[in-house]
Amino acid sequence: MTDLTTAVDAVAADDAKAENAENAAKAATAVTAATPRLAPTPAQTVGPFFGYALPFPGGGDLVPPGHPGAVTLHGRVLDGAGTPIPDALLEFWQAGPDGSRLGAPGSMRRDETTGGFAGRDGVTFTGFARVATDADGRYALRTFAPAGVPYLSVCLFARGLLHHLFSRAYLTGEPGYAEDALLASLPPARRATLETVRERDGVHRFDIRLQGGEDADGGRYEETVFLDFA
Amino acid sequence: MTAPTQADIDREMRAAGDAYAGRRAAGSAPGEHPARDYPPYRSSELRHPRQPLTVVQDPDAMELSGPVFGAADVTALDADLTAHHIGEPLGERITVQGRVLDRAGRPVAGQLVEVWQANAAGRYAHRRDRHPAPLDPNFTGAGRCLTDDQGRYAFTTVKPGPYPWRNHVNAWRPAHIHFSVFGTAFAQRVVTQMYFPGDPLFAYDPILQSVTDEAARGRLVASYDHGLSVPEFSLGYRWDIVLDGPAATWTEDTP
Ligand SMILES: [Fe+3]
Repeated sequence: MTDLTTAVDAVAADDAKAENAENAAKAATAVTAATPRLAPTPAQTVGPFFGYALPFPGGGDLVPPGHPGAVTLHGRVLDGAGTPIPDALLEFWQAGPDGSRLGAPGSMRRDETTGGFAGRDGVTFTGFARVATDADGRYALRTFAPAGVPYLSVCLFARGLLHHLFSRAYLTGEPGYAEDALLASLPPARRATLETVRERDGVHRFDIRLQGGEDADGGRYEETVFLDFA
Repeated sequence: MTAPTQADIDREMRAAGDAYAGRRAAGSAPGEHPARDYPPYRSSELRHPRQPLTVVQDPDAMELSGPVFGAADVTALDADLTAHHIGEPLGERITVQGRVLDRAGRPVAGQLVEVWQANAAGRYAHRRDRHPAPLDPNFTGAGRCLTDDQGRYAFTTVKPGPYPWRNHVNAWRPAHIHFSVFGTAFAQRVVTQMYFPGDPLFAYDPILQSVTDEAARGRLVASYDHGLSVPEFSLGYRWDIVLDGPAATWTEDTP
């Protein structure tokens, strides 16, 4: 399977080269004989004013609070000066406790009567969560540990961030996490930024640092590993 | 430290544009997205990673699948931002339509598109927007819809006004609508902004200019489409969205 991905990439790279030689100005709509490849719409920052549009009640409650077997994931989002970011938006996508990757509708169920949000139904596991950071840069999420893959996918948006960032929160101590290929490929200090701190049973801490630096006590901290899905 | 002037920002934007042109001339691929490190946009300084991204080419990656939404996640009125209050909002009524496609040109069907925007006077219904332009009691400015089986979305709204911000002295954002779009894979996720054709503020705005490739910048600008204008009701704009994503999402046989 890895070979297949690599082969596709090689073809893409060759196509890109041929196209440059042919007509650089046409790069906006790259078309090849095999597959038309449209140029993507560029990303732009989420800005400061998404708060009344994107977050929704219960956005971080993939399972109802207090549900047996639930895992709490919480932490802070910090900038390059170590200052908490109060206007970031985090999205999480994960496999279900049964290993399903299909997700389910119903994350932001609506109430047809009032036009407001009805909340999740408390039964369906949708696999998707969205939480904004609070004034202290904190977020919290209640979910089930995923099965099959030992991580939650994270997508980070913020004012000042022109193009969103992907990362992963690996739940320390969950099955499968020791033999993950991405973790194994990283030097220990980098790897540690993707691993949650298991504070106690069922409570994990995951801070996201947009840049590395030194905190007030002179301690070094590492920039979170961000991912590119080529 | 004195606040930078527009002339300072212009100089920095020109330098970034020239650097990009130089890289292109030396054979580098077109920049499809803004650089996260774009000094003219001051807030990016402490909010961009300094280390290179870690490339993941794993056919088993969770990010090749993605969240789904359904009829229960939207109401019919959500796509009409002029119908969320008792009265009609002030401003120029517009309809914005387009398609969501993947890079292979295939429609992204049944996925969630969310929008938010300032009112016609350039003010957001957000407590932290202190721009002293009037709020409109008949306009909140948030909407959502699901794409149809052809990947089409459509919103009825009013044209947002330009608004000032504090990036530098006399900084003004060109009128724009914020868009949040999901693909079939989480790795295709995008949040972006749609601009209106011919806005005189384009050249002054470091957020738009952070996309240093001119053709890529053009893909953020809707076109006026007279055929989409509704007689006696609204002016029509067309804007198609192409989702980026890993090569695995371009191939025809990906589930
Ligand atoms: Fe805005």
